[in-house]
Amino acid sequence: MISRSEVEHVARLARLRFEEQEIALLQQELSSIIDYINQLQELDLTGVPATAHAVNVVNIFRLDEPRACLTQEEALANAPATERGHFLVPRMG
Amino acid sequence: MMVTPEGWEAVIGLEIHVQLNTATKMFCGCPVSFGDVPNTNVCPLCLGHPGTLPAMNEKAIEYATRIGLALNCTISPHSIFHRKNYFYPGLPKGYQISQYDLPLAVDGHLDVELEDGSILRVGVTRAHLEDDAAKLVHAGGVDGRIAGADYSMVDFNRGGTPLVEIVSEPEIHTPEQARAYLTQLKSLLEALEVSDVNMEEGSLRCDANISVHRPGTPFGTRTELKNMNSFRFLQRGLEAEIERQISALERGEEIVQETVHFDTGSGKVSTLRSKEEAHDYRYFPEPDMVPIELSAEYVEKVRAGLPELPAARKERYMRDYGLSPYDAGVLSANRPLAAFFERLSTQTGEAKLAANWVMGDFSGYLNAQGLEVKDSAVSVEALAELLGLLAAGTLSGKMAKDVFAAMVETGKGAPELVAERGLGQISDTGELETMVSELIAANPGPAEEYRQGRDRVLGFFVGQIMKQTRGQANPQLLNELLRKALAGSSPDN
Amino acid sequence: MMLDSHSLTAHECRRLLAVGEATSEEITAALLDRVKAVEGRVGAFLQVDEEGALAQARAVDAKRPEERSPWEGVPIAVKDILCTRGVETTCGSRILKGYIPPYDATVVRLLKEAGLVILGKLNMDEFAMGSSTENSAYQVTRNPWDLERVPGGSSGGSAAAVAAGEAPWSLGSDTGGSIRQPASLCGVVGMKPTYGAVSRWGLIAFASSLDQVGPFARTVQDVAALLDLIGRRDPNDQTSLGLPTPIAVPRGESLAGRRFGIIKEYLGDTIQPGVRRIFEQAVEALEALGGRCCEVSLPSVERGLAAYYIIAPAECSANLARFDGVRYGHRAHKAETLHEMYTRTRSEGFGPEVKRRIMIGTYALSSGYYDAYYAQAQRTRTLIIRDFQKAFAEVDLLISPTSPTVAFRLGERTADPLTMYLSDLCTIPVNLAGLPGLSLPAGFADGLPVGLQIIGPHFSEQMMLDAAYALEQRLQVSTRPPLDVTPAKEVG
Repeated sequence: MISRSEVEHVARLARLRFEEQEIALLQQELSSIIDYINQLQELDLTGVPATAHAVNVVNIFRLDEPRACLTQEEALANAPATERGHFLVPRMG
Repeated sequence: MMVTPEGWEAVIGLEIHVQLNTATKMFCGCPVSFGDVPNTNVCPLCLGHPGTLPAMNEKAIEYATRIGLALNCTISPHSIFHRKNYFYPGLPKGYQISQYDLPLAVDGHLDVELEDGSILRVGVTRAHLEDDAAKLVHAGGVDGRIAGADYSMVDFNRGGTPLVEIVSEPEIHTPEQARAYLTQLKSLLEALEVSDVNMEEGSLRCDANISVHRPGTPFGTRTELKNMNSFRFLQRGLEAEIERQISALERGEEIVQETVHFDTGSGKVSTLRSKEEAHDYRYFPEPDMVPIELSAEYVEKVRAGLPELPAARKERYMRDYGLSPYDAGVLSANRPLAAFFERLSTQTGEAKLAANWVMGDFSGYLNAQGLEVKDSAVSVEALAELLGLLAAGTLSGKMAKDVFAAMVETGKGAPELVAERGLGQISDTGELETMVSELIAANPGPAEEYRQGRDRVLGFFVGQIMKQTRGQANPQLLNELLRKALAGSSPDN
Repeated sequence: MMLDSHSLTAHECRRLLAVGEATSEEITAALLDRVKAVEGRVGAFLQVDEEGALAQARAVDAKRPEERSPWEGVPIAVKDILCTRGVETTCGSRILKGYIPPYDATVVRLLKEAGLVILGKLNMDEFAMGSSTENSAYQVTRNPWDLERVPGGSSGGSAAAVAAGEAPWSLGSDTGGSIRQPASLCGVVGMKPTYGAVSRWGLIAFASSLDQVGPFARTVQDVAALLDLIGRRDPNDQTSLGLPTPIAVPRGESLAGRRFGIIKEYLGDTIQPGVRRIFEQAVEALEALGGRCCEVSLPSVERGLAAYYIIAPAECSANLARFDGVRYGHRAHKAETLHEMYTRTRSEGFGPEVKRRIMIGTYALSSGYYDAYYAQAQRTRTLIIRDFQKAFAEVDLLISPTSPTVAFRLGERTADPLTMYLSDLCTIPVNLAGLPGLSLPAGFADGLPVGLQIIGPHFSEQMMLDAAYALEQRLQVSTRPPLDVTPAKEVG
């Protein structure tokens, strides 16, 4: 069973917060999924290379030529908060 | 001294971030430029909009390869990108696309020339590509620091600019060595024409890892000093942190692995002891980028296209211009200065003279006024004219310096100023000979003293003529004529 | 003449327009009427753009026929996972409520360039995570064949709209079966192309190494035509290759010499008996057409689900990190610090399944676990790829049931995530290997559709569609659900 502190640690990494009543259920659900995926530990895969890409392609590059940008208005159009052409966020400290 | 009197040795590793001066960002076609209106050099990709995908800039690959080669690295035949995951407002995707265990360049070194002339070979572990974060301004607090700010403002113009991160081995042992490493690395990068390498503007950034230990024992715990934006800051910051660590260890305390902050005002290092946890970056291979496999042909092509590097230029100056290692070193380190020197040398035909003047008065003038070579009020041609007058003997060395100062101030050319001020060394042998003989005739006593072996009396004669000519007599010629006249003269002549 | 929405396949629309028997406006209006008639029960659309669609249709009608490109004026709808410039795109999530993309997905641009009339955006499981569309933050979509049952997911809206006759064809996306499984449950044709055949630019990312955009339609010929329209290489997506050659509309009806491998691992107890029966009938039909069927074993596919539920959550945990309330989408109100803003925004904006997957993904990538989970899953992926490669040395195409079961009831699998995950048993390994896969209606079990999955080697779409067409023509499975039909619209 994944521990509560582990759940809290992972949640912090992911910037998620769960209510008290959610945590117990979450622990259970995550544990059952983790138990399921743990089956891969049974496999001895030494020497088997990992596949990161389904396509076998290398060296795809773009020319270093400027393209049209968004206007400031377009860039900020969906922003929840702005000031003087900037995106605004609450204080970091 | 690498080892302090108490027996401690500092171990320093430097991580340098270089902003590349490509035309566009690393993963999108937005222009790389600075000082523009906020959030105008942006597109859905560098704003991290959903559904967007990175497109690798081929110029950034070329520049990174140049850097790797100049640092004597092996260019990896197969390298990939990784996602480095963390939350930060300047990181629109919530991850940076960087390189982790398969970087573009590995196993290089930089031979750093130290003040005493010795060479310190500092290993370069790796050089890799990554995209830059956007700029944050912290507002509502004191002096723009995070602590005490009410809110932050984000401008994504800078976000996505290509960076190369250069990581050194922990083979630096003093702040002076660190400064030398950074200085010479900067000069190398400048020669490669891949970046503006301006620390104040942020196109060259330096972080340091510092620990201390007693030689022969394992390395100590290291701390990190970040974002030093000048050479002085780097050196002083390192000095302060090394001292702090040694003092702590001497007191029996332990060093905690953390980021430390150097306050330029007080000169003190403080530990942040904040709740900021160590990042777990959860690196995994970037699925949106295909691997990079640079062929040997490509690498050779880049190598062949490398501009002349400072070390090679230094050799050339020693060989072709007969400059001393020191002079060659100073001149070759700074590209604009080197270019100025070479043109001056060609125009005057006097390499040594040109070298002395460029390193001396000319550099002195630039430094005093905080100018770059390109902003000099005195052009190569103008200085060449001045040196021509000097070489011809029209001006003495001292006079030439005065004229130079006047050129800087007035912007006028040497010939004009010489004419204006009636300067112009008297090198007319006949004229001087007349003055000399008249003077000797008028001063038989001192003349006799000289002939009796009192050499110092010559100074009297020189002084008199100089007074007469208001300092414009050619000193060497005068000396020569006086000696001849005094030796050869007798009450009979 | 009468425009019966179910008869309005894309090919039929094209024919009507070409011979002048109907205008684009009439066709569009007929479909919009159908939408109005059934949407209250089916709930496939998140947004219907009636005004915009009719305006687009009129613009097509204003052109002279010789000025029009082949598919111009044919309506279509797209999954709300595809960015549409100026039109709200939510990805089925509250965190993107009100988000207006400043750009079009490449596939959307291609549709617009081809002159298709876009009817609206279709419902889906939030961020494509789910197998029933029940994870949509906005509404439930019901299976047109039985309104108490799920349409499948995550492209439930895309499948249901086509099944219900609200659109001739639609676009969805597939990461672990999200096109094929709903196609199977809703009795329509759905295809996931080879990874890289279609651009992902503008496809809101779930699992970057697995996602692909693909077509739904009621006929194989329509699916082939739509695939041809979108299968282009795109410089904006450096993992895209495009289809190597244009797709020809399948016409042949013989399968002589074609070798089919029946995946042994997908004939076990997990497959419902009714599904099994329909599958076996399909195999007989293939043989009657001249195909040769044999059993092949791909042992690694049994580990596919476990590998997928590491890789997909890991990639999505990173892909969804951009939803932080800074630049677009939902932001929690009155948060005092950045940390609080991030945490509350994401906790408020994401649904439970999305959060679960982000948690699993973050866990699997976190310090100390990478090798045991992510790296091990990527190694397992290699084994699966090798098993497929070995199989394709023996046979041309592989077949299996698309889904272990017919459509299940709404709410039946929501209590236990793992039970829901098992819906994708047969489809997931295809994504892991980057192979093309399609689902073809093969019959009915207890009145509910059963799909046949066809899997091919990389870029074998033409061969797959040809085989699917031949089988489709032979099986003649109905694609008309017993929804109350509105009176066919009189036109002309």
